[in-house]
Amino acid sequence: MTQPEQHLHDPANVTNPEHASHHIVTPRVYAAVFAMLLACTALTVYAADINLGVFNPIIALAIACFKGVIVILFFMHVKYQSRLIKVTVGAGFFMFLVLVTMTLSDYISRAWGLW
Amino acid sequence: MDSAIANPQAEQEQEQQHEHAVLPQHRHHFATQEQQREAGSFGMWLFLLTEIMFFGGLFFAYLLYRNWYYDAFVTASNQLSVPLGAANTAILITSGFFMALAVWAAEVRKKSLLVLFLIFTIVFGLAFLGIKADEYHEKYEKHHIPGASYDASEFINPAAYGLSEKPLAPDAAEKTQMFFFLYFAMTGMHALHMVIGIGLLFWLLARAQRGDFSSGYVAPIENFGLYWHFVDIVWIFLFPLLYLINRHPLAH
Repeated sequence: MTQPEQHLHDPANVTNPEHASHHIVTPRVYAAVFAMLLACTALTVYAADINLGVFNPIIALAIACFKGVIVILFFMHVKYQSRLIKVTVGAGFFMFLVLVTMTLSDYISRAWGLW
Repeated sequence: MDSAIANPQAEQEQEQQHEHAVLPQHRHHFATQEQQREAGSFGMWLFLLTEIMFFGGLFFAYLLYRNWYYDAFVTASNQLSVPLGAANTAILITSGFFMALAVWAAEVRKKSLLVLFLIFTIVFGLAFLGIKADEYHEKYEKHHIPGASYDASEFINPAAYGLSEKPLAPDAAEKTQMFFFLYFAMTGMHALHMVIGIGLLFWLLARAQRGDFSSGYVAPIENFGLYWHFVDIVWIFLFPLLYLINRHPLAH
């Protein structure tokens, strides 16, 4: 039985289904991510010098997306956060892609039938 | 009790005085430290999502105008210096790395390391702005800043300027202004975010020296870290889009 006079703000009373014990990311992980980011920077500069036709921008953006994701997951700790934060971040990027797709389809299709 | 309460002894003492009214990492309107921390991160991320939408609009404009004025964008983009852009990318990543280490130093309560890492973050941030200023100055000297004194002659007759680019018709050459307008808008807004960030870093540095963040209260360092890494990510996309993807134009 719970004591009737037990204080409401006792942390023991809080049931948090999203409980994620706080995780301190170590300098070793940060160093590995840092090395990976520098390697990817070198790779993207190198890849830009090779003529790959339509694949040049695709490869450059793929490398940039990879770099962005590891920054978000490790430097910004999203990998270790609760589902609430993960869904928030994911929803933001998803919404951005939705807006780009809808605006782009408007611009692409605007002149249809006028040629 | 869980691991979120880092200092059980302090917690106990404060319980005796007045239930958690003294710790900045545990304000009275939050049930637990974990709840306060998560609310803070959540709020910071909501702010960053508005920032994604803000920069997203600029990225979208770039995508669209690059398709409309492809030849002008290719020629203008190739006037940017890849070595300077690559150096700045490495410098900004290094600044972000030290910011990440600063968050770690605050969490393990190492005050002198925290101060040192914040100083490195500032130094590399200023180095980035220095190189950016040099690039802007070069564009100023060449009259490549869009507006009344813009000079497109380099793009109409590249051979006269020792360039190997394809010459553009005068009307197409004027469209290079659109590239430089977006270049200055995007890198300028990015640089403004860095200037604001460096201002905040000096404020955090002063507080860190006072010991504000070495007794379990890391939220300001952690949330500023999120902002600083976000600014990193914007540059991670700006660098390939502005400097790299137009090196091998498609024939059409």
